[in-house]
Order: sequence, then structure tokens, then C-alpha cells
Amino acid sequence: MTKLARELLFPLIAVVAAFIVGGILILLVGDNPITAYRLLLGSALSWPDGIGYTLFLSTPLIFTGLAVLVGFRCGLFNIGAEGQLYIAAFATAWVGITFANRGSWLLIPLCFAAAILVGAFWGAIPGVLKAQFGSHEVINTIMLNFIAVALVSYFTQYHYKVPGDPILQTAPIGPSAYIPHLGKFIPGLPERIPLNVAFILALLCCLLVYLFLWRTKWGYEIRATGSNPFAAQYGGISIRKQIILAMSVSGALAGMVAINEVLGNRHRYYDGFSDNYGFTGIAVALLGRNHPVGVILAALLFAALQHGGIYVDGFSEHVTKDIVQVLQGVIILFVAAEGFFKWALGRRLPWNV
Amino acid sequence: MLELRQITKRFGDVLANDHVDITVKPGTIHAIVGENGAGKSTAMRIAYGFYTADSGEIIVDGQPRDIKSPHDAIALGIGMVHQHFMLVETMTVAENIVLGAEPGTSLALDLKSAGAQIRQLSEEFKLAVNPNEPIEHLSVGQQQRVELLKALYRHARLLILDEPTAVLTPLEVEEFFVILRRMREQGKTVIIITHKLSEVLAISDEVTVMRDGKVVGRVQTKDTNAAELARLMVGREVLLRVEKSDAEVGGPQLEVRNLSVTNTNGAKRVDGVSFEVRSGEIVGIAGVEGNGQTELIEALAGLVEPERISGEMNFEGKSLNALGARIRRELGIAHIPEDRHRRGLLLDFSLAENSILGVHYRPPIAAMAGGVFLDENAVQRRASEIIKAFDVRPPNAALPARALSGGNQQKLIIGREYRVDPKLLLVSQPTRGVDIGAIEFIHRQLVGLRDHGCAILLVSAELEEVTSLSDRLLIIHEGRIAGEVDPKVATLEEIGLLMTRGH
Repeated sequence: MTKLARELLFPLIAVVAAFIVGGILILLVGDNPITAYRLLLGSALSWPDGIGYTLFLSTPLIFTGLAVLVGFRCGLFNIGAEGQLYIAAFATAWVGITFANRGSWLLIPLCFAAAILVGAFWGAIPGVLKAQFGSHEVINTIMLNFIAVALVSYFTQYHYKVPGDPILQTAPIGPSAYIPHLGKFIPGLPERIPLNVAFILALLCCLLVYLFLWRTKWGYEIRATGSNPFAAQYGGISIRKQIILAMSVSGALAGMVAINEVLGNRHRYYDGFSDNYGFTGIAVALLGRNHPVGVILAALLFAALQHGGIYVDGFSEHVTKDIVQVLQGVIILFVAAEGFFKWALGRRLPWNV
Repeated sequence: MLELRQITKRFGDVLANDHVDITVKPGTIHAIVGENGAGKSTAMRIAYGFYTADSGEIIVDGQPRDIKSPHDAIALGIGMVHQHFMLVETMTVAENIVLGAEPGTSLALDLKSAGAQIRQLSEEFKLAVNPNEPIEHLSVGQQQRVELLKALYRHARLLILDEPTAVLTPLEVEEFFVILRRMREQGKTVIIITHKLSEVLAISDEVTVMRDGKVVGRVQTKDTNAAELARLMVGREVLLRVEKSDAEVGGPQLEVRNLSVTNTNGAKRVDGVSFEVRSGEIVGIAGVEGNGQTELIEALAGLVEPERISGEMNFEGKSLNALGARIRRELGIAHIPEDRHRRGLLLDFSLAENSILGVHYRPPIAAMAGGVFLDENAVQRRASEIIKAFDVRPPNAALPARALSGGNQQKLIIGREYRVDPKLLLVSQPTRGVDIGAIEFIHRQLVGLRDHGCAILLVSAELEEVTSLSDRLLIIHEGRIAGEVDPKVATLEEIGLLMTRGH
């Protein structure tokens, strides 16, 4: 078996197994699985709406998937992408509102910087805590999620909400901060579909993360730390620096969700906008085997399921879009069960000599 | 008792066992020796039901048996103790022993009757352990006894021991041999897989030698000697003694003054040690493991927090105390760590990536775009140089380090540290778990480095190794230097006394 085939095998088993389990459930509630799946995937693959929305929905998942991946590669479990992307989104909106009358050439870079730097800052906090005091990043990132969500809700509610607006959201950002929808450039793709330049940016980030982790000395040090911190230390690598660096990069990537949401989609901070992007990012990274290409594929799959779920809801008799949650859950379960499959298959494979 | 007939086992392209015949007589201690990858573990795992043979027969007590799983083996009275213990750290000795063979009714665990049985067994075989002690509180030697008890508790009549002495200190090895002889007296049969020839000669009755998946020799221990066994194992004449000229000693490279190191719990592990290492000499440190050697070397390599260190470490006249591991490497200090899996290698990284650890951040490795990007060509070049010069097998830089045998992993590490042209080399247990053929090679490399003027500080638990390699020999006991001897004239008894009594 080639390396690539090996890498693809377990995620594929997980996905197929999830669809089988999901199919059984659909049968149990009294629908035809084939019809349900046709609705689910058919709608996600239709042109232009299905594909447009699937790509749009995949954008935040690629960012958060990459964020979790960078953490994983350093041996860190960043559960805080959710908080990082919230705080970054608010900061981006704040910049977009405060400097609304500046030109695009200044405002867009400023908003980008806000998304990236604030996300990095929020990610760096648990990094510093771990590096300096050894406190566990899982606990701290979870805690910081609550803090971030509460903090931005508070600021939106009491300081940045447009008076009289029944919705918990800020005022719109300056139009010069808008980034264009891809419909503007792609014939046949209507501009109303919110798929925007951030998607291209997300793909670019996959390339950059790959180059960073596998081609630079910093990436080498991060991966070495994740692979074996004792050996990394022996090789003259400062573990503390790597932890802070990895968490900052991770936070920055999570923060870039703000570019898609605030600059490309709603053009304001909208409270509760994230559909658990940060947590789904964990699933994306796991299913994507902590590789940028895998992250793209996994993000596309999860986005397609999410988009197709809406149609299942609308057109299916008994099955609701909750089936998507079931599928995602089972996929994760099977990905996590990889150890078991490895064991079951590994009994025949070489290298155990 | 046990007979393997014409056992053949293939893993992919590798013929791990090629028509292997092994006969083990009841009531004997039978040694199976061979280099890493010779197929000895495979053969025994087949006997224990871990693997199934592609062809061949297993005969137990004169009857052909089909052993499909360890369960079958245990039912036939065959037990196996692995090199890496399979114990649950947080559970007690008794709980571990009964694990998987719990007495009493299915739900209620009858540990009392098990405890009594364990006590009886430990008395019978002189395997002193407290059944109620959690495993994590036990020394490695005691854990091994638990593993033996586990097998005996399951009524094993034949015990297969895979590299049982690899983890033991010399003293523990002595105790362990007493236990084995006791077992033989009680009528048990023991198979011991090893590559330490001195132990084979000390403990076994019969020896089967394997090489490249085949049995290449069967001898009575009393009719053989180390040189013959080594020749059978390696397939050529092996020099068991290091050949070296007298040291041409230069000025002091490393000066250690009154150095103390505490462990993370604040206990003093190195206690006021002073010595120096001059260029062109190998200074050996002999001692029973766990007497501060690890902490001493790690402190010198810059791997211990400065708060845990007091005293002075000077290299070429400059203080090392405040310098991190990276700067010490830049000054010309290389380090071959005692634990290659924990310290020395990134097991999931390729050989190429491992070959640059420690120099990965500077030219010529990180040379592109202002020293940020790794130069892939330079990485490959360095890897293939090391692989070639140190005969790392298989010579494939893309393989993960995990895929190599212990000896080849060690050659990779030594090659990597050698490649930086060190002025001072800190080296711990350079040949632990390494084949005889590779040991000879590694020893020659160390002597060669010395002859180039490198100062070498060598820690080894193998007395023969430190005495034959060192130009001067210090003995460490409970963190202090118990004495210095001339390795050319000192007797093993003299050194052994210093090691164990400290004076």
C-alpha cells in the first residue's frame, strides 16, 4: 500500500461506515435512505446554489480545521478556536466600523490584521499559560471560549448595537471593507451567494500552513515538539517558544473566519454567528488526518452535509436535518476508532516484527 | 517440552523465519541468541500464538499442537514475558497478576485467595514482591518479577523471556539469574531470548543461534565460548575487545567543579562532583544505573533547568551554567543520549528529518529565504552522508526512524552527532540493545573520534564497555565520585566494590 492510500483508507472507512449507520437510522424512522442521501448530497452538489453554498460553508471550517491542525502538530489540543474566532470577528467589525470612512486599500488590510492578530492574541493566552505555568491548554481554551463569547455579547449588547435593532448585532462596517463575492468573477454563479474571496484565502492558507509546517525551520521545530518534546529539547529547541508560537498561529487561523463572516458575508458582527465552527474544526482536522489537503476535503464534506441538511429538512417526510449531526458524530466516532481498525488490520501488516 | 519444526514466517518481503527448528528440553534454560532482526522474537511469538506460522509444526510435550492465540499457549502451559512489560501502572501487584484470569465469580473479584496464591508462588520461587503494592511504586526489577508471577499464576511450565536483562542493572541481573536457576530447580523450563553473550554463558544450558531468520547453530553452553557464539551470530570473526592506542591527551575541555543536580522532586541526584575531561581522551563513568549518571549528563548537555543545578561547568574555560542546549551545541558539544526513543529520535520523523535535529535552524540546512526555509537538498545530502558513513540499514532516508532496528537507530544518532565534528561528546549507553556487529563498529567510531582530539565523557552500565573504551575511569555511587581507577589495571572486582559500596 502506498502512503497516500494508507492515509486515505481510514477516513474513507469512517465516512462510509457513518453513512451506513445513518442509513439504518433513516430506515428506522421510516424513510428511504437512498432518497434521503440523494436529497442530502444532490442538493449540495447542484450548480450554482448547492456548490456555491457548500464552498461558502466550507470556508470557516477550513480555517478552523487548519487552526486545530497546527495545534495538533505541536502536540496541543486547541479547543478554543470558537472563542478565538468570536473575539476576532468582533475586533474585525470594530475596526470596520471605527475606520469606516477610510479607503479599501487601508481598511481591508486593517481588518485583516485585526482578525489575524486578535485571533493570535486570544490563542496565545493559553499558549503562554501552558509554557510558563504548565497549565493544560484544553482547560484554558475551553474557559477562554466562554469568556470570549460573553465578552463580545456584552460589548455588542451594551456598546455597539444599533439602538432599536431587535437583533443582537453591531452596526454595519464601512462598505470599503467589503470583500467581493466570487459571483462577481465566476459566470453563472449569482452574486447573492455569499461565497467570497475568503474561500480563496482559505485555500491559500492551506498552502501556507503546509509550507510553514513542512518546509520552514519553525514548522520543523513545532512538529518536533509535537512528535517528541524530549527529543526536541535535546535538539536545542525551546519547547515553550514552540507552544506559544503554535497557539498563536492556531489562533490567527481561527481568527481568519472573521474575514469570511464580517468582510465577506454579513458585513457586521452578528452575535452567535458561528455554527460551532471551532468545534467542527476539530472534527475536520481529525478526519483530514492533520494534513492541509485532508482539511480541505473534510471541510468540503462537512459543509456539503450542512447545506444538504436543509433540504432533507424541507423535503423529507420523517428525517430532519439532525441526520447531519448524526453523520458527523458517527464519522468522528469511527475516526477515533482508527486505533481499533489499525489493530485489527495491523495483525497482518509487516513492521511489527 | 517444546519443539518448533520447520517453522517459516514471512512478513511482506521479509522472510523472518526460514525453516526454523528449535528443540527445548524440559527442565533446562535454553538461550536463543542472534542479532536484532535475526528472527528469534518472531519464532517465540509464533510459539506463544502471537503470530501464526506460514508453515511448520509446533510440538508441545510430544504432541503436535495448533497454537492460534496466546490463550492456546497459556492453556498448554506456555507463558511469555515481553521486553516491554504489560502492566497497569496504577493497579496493585495482585490485581495485575490476576488481570485476565480473575478468580471468583464473574463480578466479585476474589483478591484474597489470589493474594494467598501469589504469596505462595513468590515464596516457592523466591520472587519477593508485596501483592498490595501499586506497580508504579516498583523498580523495574520488581516489575519483572510481577511479570514472572503473572505467568506462573497461569500455571506456565515453560517461560519465554524476551530480552529480560535489557532493563536490569548488573545487580538485578544477578538476582534475576538466581530466580531463573530456582525455577529450573522447581522443574520449569525457561527460554531466554538475548544477545548478551556473557549472560548466555552464565545462565543457559543450551544455546540456539539464529541469523537472518535461520538457525545457524545449536550448542551446549559448556562446550562453547563467547567468541564462537559471536562468530555464529554475526557470520564473521568479531573483535570482542576494543583495540586502541594510548591517548594523546591535550588540554582540559570540560571542567566540572562541585556540581550538584537535584531531580524535579528536589532530591539531590548528583552531589558535589568534580572532574575534567581533556581533549583526546575518553573518560568513563561506571556505576550502577540510577546513581546520578542520567542527571549528570543531562545537566552538562543543557537539558536540566538551571534552578536544579549548583556548582560550575566550564567548557574551554567558559562557564556553561547559563547556556541553553542550542548554544552548547553551537560551542561544539554533542550528545548521544541514553534513551534513544525518548531523547535521541523523533520516531515518527523520517531518517532525513532526524539527521538534521540540532542543526536544522542554521546553514547549510536552513539556508533559503534568509534562513527560514529548509534546503531539502541539503537535508537529503546530510542524511545520505550519515546513512552511508554509518551503514544505517535500510539505507532509505524517507523511512520513519521507528522502522529501524535499535542498532540502526543508534548508528543514525551517532552519525548525526559525529557529523557536527564535536569538541566534546557526551555519550550514554552507546550500545544498549545494539547488535554485536554494530557494537564493534560504534566502539571503533568512538575511539576514532577520540584520536581526532575530541574529549569524550562516556557513561555505560556495561562494565566491560567502560573499562575497555575508557582512558580514565571514574566510578559514581549515589551521585558522588567514589573513586578513579586506571581501567588498564583495575580489576572488575575492585570496580564493582566501588560501584556498590562507594569506597
